[in-house]
Amino acid sequence: MVDASLRKVTKRFPGIVALDDVSLDFRGGEIHVLLGENGAGKSTLMGLLAGMQQPDAGEIVIDGKPVHIDSPRRSMDLGIGAVFQQLLLVPSLSVIENLMLGGPWWQPVKRAAALRRFGELATALAIRIDPDALVTALSLGEQQQVEILRALWREEKMLLLDEPTSMLTPQGVADLGRMLRRLKEKGVALILITHKLLEAYEFGDRISVLRQGRLAGEIDPERMRSSSEGERTAEVLRLMFGTEANDERTRHAPDLAALTGRMAHHARPIDRGKPPVLSVSALATEHRVGETALHEVSFDLWSGEVLGIAGVDGNGQKHLAEVLAGQRAVTEGRISLAGRDVTRGRVPERRRAGIRYVTDERLGEGTVGTFSVAINLLLKEIGAPPYWRRGITDWSLIHSSARDKIREHDIRTPSERTPVGKLSGGNIQKVLLARELGADACVAVLNKPTYGLDLQNQRLALERIDAAAERGVALIVISTDLDELLEISDRIGVMFQGHLAGIVDNAADAERKIGSLMTGAKSA
Amino acid sequence: MRKTRIEDGPAAAVLRVLLPVALALVVGGVLLLALGKNPLDYYAFVLERGILRRGGLQETLTRMAPLLLIAAGLIVAFRAGIWNLGGDGQFLLAAVTAAALAPALAGVLPRGATLVLCMAAGALVGAIWSLAPAMLKARYGVNEIVTTLMMSFLGVSLSNVFIKLVLFDPATTVPQTRSLPVDERLPRLFGSTVHSGLLIAVVVLVLIHLMMTRTAFGLKLQVLGANRAAAVHAGERVERLIVLAFVLSAGLIGLAAAVEVLGVWGTVRADWNPAYGLLVVPLVFLARLNGYAVIGFTFFFSALMVGGESAAHRIGIPQYYVLVLVSLLLIFLALVEYLDQSRRKRLAV
Repeated sequence: MVDASLRKVTKRFPGIVALDDVSLDFRGGEIHVLLGENGAGKSTLMGLLAGMQQPDAGEIVIDGKPVHIDSPRRSMDLGIGAVFQQLLLVPSLSVIENLMLGGPWWQPVKRAAALRRFGELATALAIRIDPDALVTALSLGEQQQVEILRALWREEKMLLLDEPTSMLTPQGVADLGRMLRRLKEKGVALILITHKLLEAYEFGDRISVLRQGRLAGEIDPERMRSSSEGERTAEVLRLMFGTEANDERTRHAPDLAALTGRMAHHARPIDRGKPPVLSVSALATEHRVGETALHEVSFDLWSGEVLGIAGVDGNGQKHLAEVLAGQRAVTEGRISLAGRDVTRGRVPERRRAGIRYVTDERLGEGTVGTFSVAINLLLKEIGAPPYWRRGITDWSLIHSSARDKIREHDIRTPSERTPVGKLSGGNIQKVLLARELGADACVAVLNKPTYGLDLQNQRLALERIDAAAERGVALIVISTDLDELLEISDRIGVMFQGHLAGIVDNAADAERKIGSLMTGAKSA
Repeated sequence: MRKTRIEDGPAAAVLRVLLPVALALVVGGVLLLALGKNPLDYYAFVLERGILRRGGLQETLTRMAPLLLIAAGLIVAFRAGIWNLGGDGQFLLAAVTAAALAPALAGVLPRGATLVLCMAAGALVGAIWSLAPAMLKARYGVNEIVTTLMMSFLGVSLSNVFIKLVLFDPATTVPQTRSLPVDERLPRLFGSTVHSGLLIAVVVLVLIHLMMTRTAFGLKLQVLGANRAAAVHAGERVERLIVLAFVLSAGLIGLAAAVEVLGVWGTVRADWNPAYGLLVVPLVFLARLNGYAVIGFTFFFSALMVGGESAAHRIGIPQYYVLVLVSLLLIFLALVEYLDQSRRKRLAV
């Protein structure tokens, strides 16, 4: 059985200490959960073990020997397998071809041997995937299973998983749990990185909490078994956020208990007797390779209401968001806003009409990373008065108004001229929310508004959404996190293969109904 | 393509330019020594012929006019994230257009009208020659490096075809277009031999710089260049922006050609190709796409060219040595930038 340790490991990046004198032990046959907020150092730790980065000080010891993991290949040679948050498979190749990649260039491909190994691993983990299926044809959960197979391909020794449940259905999470337990029985050392407490309890034998690069503390298997969930939660929260009164993070933290998980949903009074503010009927979009197009999507949305959109990623959510924002053309159907037909409008017209869109690709399309916070706050209004008069830029007005927005929305940035790409994910999201949820918004579409944020920023984003609904904005919140939707939404629609499979009221049995709609069952 | 950071004082910015220049001159000098020439003699000669002598300085300033206009065109394209490397074809076709049109109009229209019309025609032809790459890029995402280069070969050949088959002046032995009489060309400035094209070039370059930095249109082009997906997300008409950036870029290069023909040569000979389109590319990057900085670099480069041309005859150092110097300058600029960055990183930790 493998036995790996980090001894007094420190890793610095420009301006921050990502890991500060961290010592940890990983044992075979144990699921070790690393818990922490964004920026706590979890991913850096994974990067060190996977050979993406090297420590500045300290050492990594595997089976008693200090090792120098200077490349991903070296990491694999040592028997360390890593499954990252993003899937790293070649979509146009088959499962078995993906698994055969990475052999020495001079060796012929040994398909028979590869298939034997595939059978061996698949049986051990109870995975049922056709090795000749193209990766594009697999669901995200299945693709993740292939990633896990690949991580274990050389030998079953050590497996690192970074936020593995973030894109799975409840069923997928259950399957993953079963697989992890089988690996544990085989003596594999498992390291699970997450920021979800419930997952940590469910899977973990041992929990280590990282905070601002330091190891804040550990709950060993003994304590895990003997303590109640409430005690564990209190302990983990204390480790994650500290108890010192002068700790800046806790001062800004809302009620700590609110961070642990779902808050009770409070029903908003919505007058459905009035005409809906947004009405979508039989909407369809054009199909493109690798995307799920919309088909026959219809719903109404009232002012002050939050409509959650649940569903496994890739079932048409992106098209729905983009078509409402005006970023994607409508091929069939109709969109009307407060009784006015806006089907043909593009982004500027929709925006003027009051429709806003917070994209989930914050740096991909939501902002220009190299441009200043000030420009990014106005990215969708370039050329509009008062910041531009006859096309001439008023830089001083742009910068002063940016300073106001930075203050108002508590965006942590050195200056309004700082490139937005240098901010943390939470602050970039604040920039987007400031831009999209302004005073003149009337319908806002938010795609995964809390994705990749730490707990406090997730909470902040949800509060902004709630406040916007309070002001009478009608919101559509797309998310793969069902708990979040159950907390924030008045109704929840489920996307399945480009259809809106159904919309359920957020009532007691909503979770069960949504679960069945997510798998394509036609009842609700 | 990054702007100078705010925390830098102007002194640091100047140092980051002067240091590479000094290094390039020193290493270039070592190369000359290796060839058995005295580098100090060479540099002194170039300095004297390119800048200090009245005639040399006038020639240097004259040479700057087309280079500055091409630089303006490249700044627009590069800032918008478009690699317009087809400058030579756009330049030559515009040159032939201006050269063919000017003598024909000169007898009919007053001088000013002829010049303005010819410059407009040059810009128009340059712009038209970029339409095919522009549409292909905007509509189908075809890589413009390939298409502009191919269109450039076509443009260079086509302009020769025009001169040799259609537009040649029967009175000359070497095929060339009919000459525009000297007193019909762009007027000289202040009794010098420098033509007013230089003034046009500087004004246009400054206007382009202001357009890129102080207008909504310029900012839209920059957003397109930095992140096309963000431009789409923000609702910009991206296809139109791409075509406009191309047309503007190639139009300015066409204008450069017209100015060169109307100001200096008065005619275009067959097989004439100064290949400015690619020469200006390193200058624009040395200046980090800044319109004002490009004026300084262009002056430096023109002086080197003019001085280097006489040095080729007098000292026997080939003119290509000037290109060696420019390449060294680029290398050292990148190196200094790299060292500066890593120093900052160390300081930041």
